[in-house]
Amino acid sequence: MTVKHAALAEKFIADEPRTDWHDETLWFVREKRDKAAHGLPEWEQLREWGSQIKNNTLSNLSNYLKEFEEKATANGIKVHWASDAKEHNEIIHKIIKKHGIQKIVKSKSMLTEECHLNEYLQHNGIEVVDTDLGERIVQFRKEPPSHIVLPAIHLKKEDVSATFHEHLQTEKGNNDPQYLTEAARQHLRNKFVESELAITGVNFAIAETGGFVVCTNEGNADMGAHTAPVHIACMGFEKLIPKAEHLSVFLRLLARSATGQPITTYSSHFHKPRPNQEMHIVIVDNGRSKQLGREDFRNSLKCIRCAACFNTCPVYRRSGGHSYHTAVAGPIGSILNPNLDMKANADLPFASTLCGSCTNVCPVKINIHEQLWKWRQVIVTEGYVATSKKLGMKGMSFVFSNPKVYRFMGKMGRGVMHLFPFMVNNKLNIWSKQREMPVAPKESFRDWYLKNGKSQK
Amino acid sequence: MKVALFIPCYIDQFYPKVGIATLQVLEKLGCDVTFPLQQTCCGQPMANSGFASLSKGCDINFVENFTGFDYIVAPSGSCVLHVKEHLQDDKHPQEALHIRNTIYEFTEFLTNILKVESISASFPYKVGMHNSCHGQRGLNLSSMTERMLPEFSKPEQLLNMVKGITLSKPKRNDECCGFGGTFCVFEEAVSVKMGKDRIKEHEDNEVDYITGGDTSCLMHLEGILKRQGSKTKTIHIAEILNGFCELVKSE
Ligand code: SF4
Repeated sequence: MTVKHAALAEKFIADEPRTDWHDETLWFVREKRDKAAHGLPEWEQLREWGSQIKNNTLSNLSNYLKEFEEKATANGIKVHWASDAKEHNEIIHKIIKKHGIQKIVKSKSMLTEECHLNEYLQHNGIEVVDTDLGERIVQFRKEPPSHIVLPAIHLKKEDVSATFHEHLQTEKGNNDPQYLTEAARQHLRNKFVESELAITGVNFAIAETGGFVVCTNEGNADMGAHTAPVHIACMGFEKLIPKAEHLSVFLRLLARSATGQPITTYSSHFHKPRPNQEMHIVIVDNGRSKQLGREDFRNSLKCIRCAACFNTCPVYRRSGGHSYHTAVAGPIGSILNPNLDMKANADLPFASTLCGSCTNVCPVKINIHEQLWKWRQVIVTEGYVATSKKLGMKGMSFVFSNPKVYRFMGKMGRGVMHLFPFMVNNKLNIWSKQREMPVAPKESFRDWYLKNGKSQK
Repeated sequence: MKVALFIPCYIDQFYPKVGIATLQVLEKLGCDVTFPLQQTCCGQPMANSGFASLSKGCDINFVENFTGFDYIVAPSGSCVLHVKEHLQDDKHPQEALHIRNTIYEFTEFLTNILKVESISASFPYKVGMHNSCHGQRGLNLSSMTERMLPEFSKPEQLLNMVKGITLSKPKRNDECCGFGGTFCVFEEAVSVKMGKDRIKEHEDNEVDYITGGDTSCLMHLEGILKRQGSKTKTIHIAEILNGFCELVKSE
């Protein structure tokens, strides 16, 4: 097994005050979510509905996709299908080339991160400007977003100030958020005005109407789509919902779960292009149908990308998003990414204590921690674990399957390393790096019981 | 009522006191308790690491030891949850199913089956309760802040019967301590950081003891407390309910 997450997390934690700050900031969001959810007596009912609507969608996906394509096309939207990231990028590139466009703005799309669209376009000599504040900050820094809703949550205002000083020539050392936001706003305003093409994500696509909804807090998706003559929306096919009336369930769940707001500031509905505008939608598979076919993991496609599972995850909060080394981090990312590349992401399902908080916070009731458990079994079966771990586990299995051996080992060592060889990696006992070992008693419970147990009765 | 006592491997080896307290509480409450002598481990460390295929031997041994009882009780939520969810024995499926349906975590057994209303223990200390995730969310031993359901806690209900005890809650009442089975070694840095954060909240409350229903979490927290040279100690809930003083004598 690769130790990537563990190693990257260790690096993150080395700066403990920053780790604390990261943890507290995200916990604050989680608490806001609790308050917002507690305000709705029907919360658990909404979750159930959200889950069932998505179940229905996933079970009838091909029909709904067909319906969506028909309606959207009838509305004048050009629908494209991409089987993988490469095709997604090529479709977009083709549209850009066709129009000979230079200036592109983008807003709210984790899918384009998943497909590495920016890098692809850049490679082809085309610049894309991310317009959401957080995304713009990480774009300046040439970093990927660390969180799907709060992409620059790993950065402090001092970091932002330094970044803006470098790229926007703001005053050195001026950390005032108001000042920095204003600078970003002025800078982005020009980009919007000049842009010829806007790329946005999709939060919900409605089969019944052929329209789609984009939820943003800054209004950048609207601003881009409303100024540019060409609008390309990118969506994974799981973003579909059957009917417009189902939106009421998801819009109530999404913002509350994501940030604790009753509703996102802008929930923009797109149904057809304006006169003289071109509207495209790229519907992407990129491993999704494979995941749909994996019975144990199918549920993960219900995800509405609220990131509540990130904010609640005690491991995510203390390891930072980059430790997950993938576009979608956190608990749900640890389920989605092994599907995309099992070898490269074999470490992720192990980056969890299986505490179950994610499962219970999830607005569409994805059994996240159970799927993480199941991925571990698959990854081991497929052989993506270190030999040392395998040997340790085999040793343990032998000891625990044989009561006499178990007791002998216990008596001999009564040390963690004898019974749990996995706790010892080479010469280093990892347990005791920052923790004392339990003090071994003279006798085991069983020894005590044989001497005293019966007399208790 | 024939009750089998399941003392998970690491409690047997490192925390016999917890096993003794569990046994004594159950006996005081009138249960006919047997400790099957060939028991070892429930197989959780392997299964949670992805090696469920290697826990077959454990499963067979478990079924052999724990067949023929009305109930099985263990002072460890996570081991109980593992058995409930994953125990399998192809040769004895009925027996395995019976075990899965009748295994109880200690505090749940006391509140739900024995319906204990009073306990004659006293523990004049300030105590912080640590909710272990597998017990809390997995076995539903207490409510969680993620869900919008009425608040309850089976372990606290029992602790509140103890004379002289002062219970205090950490700010994040249901945050994981970071033990997580083999997570505690393969993700050492995060694991320890989570443990340190848990401890800090309890220390802010100036507790004398941190208690809980899962010895594994307590072992992890104890390891950090000792390394830090803290005055705060850990104690399993069974030891408190058994009357701490008695336990010292029986050691
Ligand atoms: S898995 Fe659930 S909690 Fe996590 S981002 Fe998706 S919908 Fe939100």
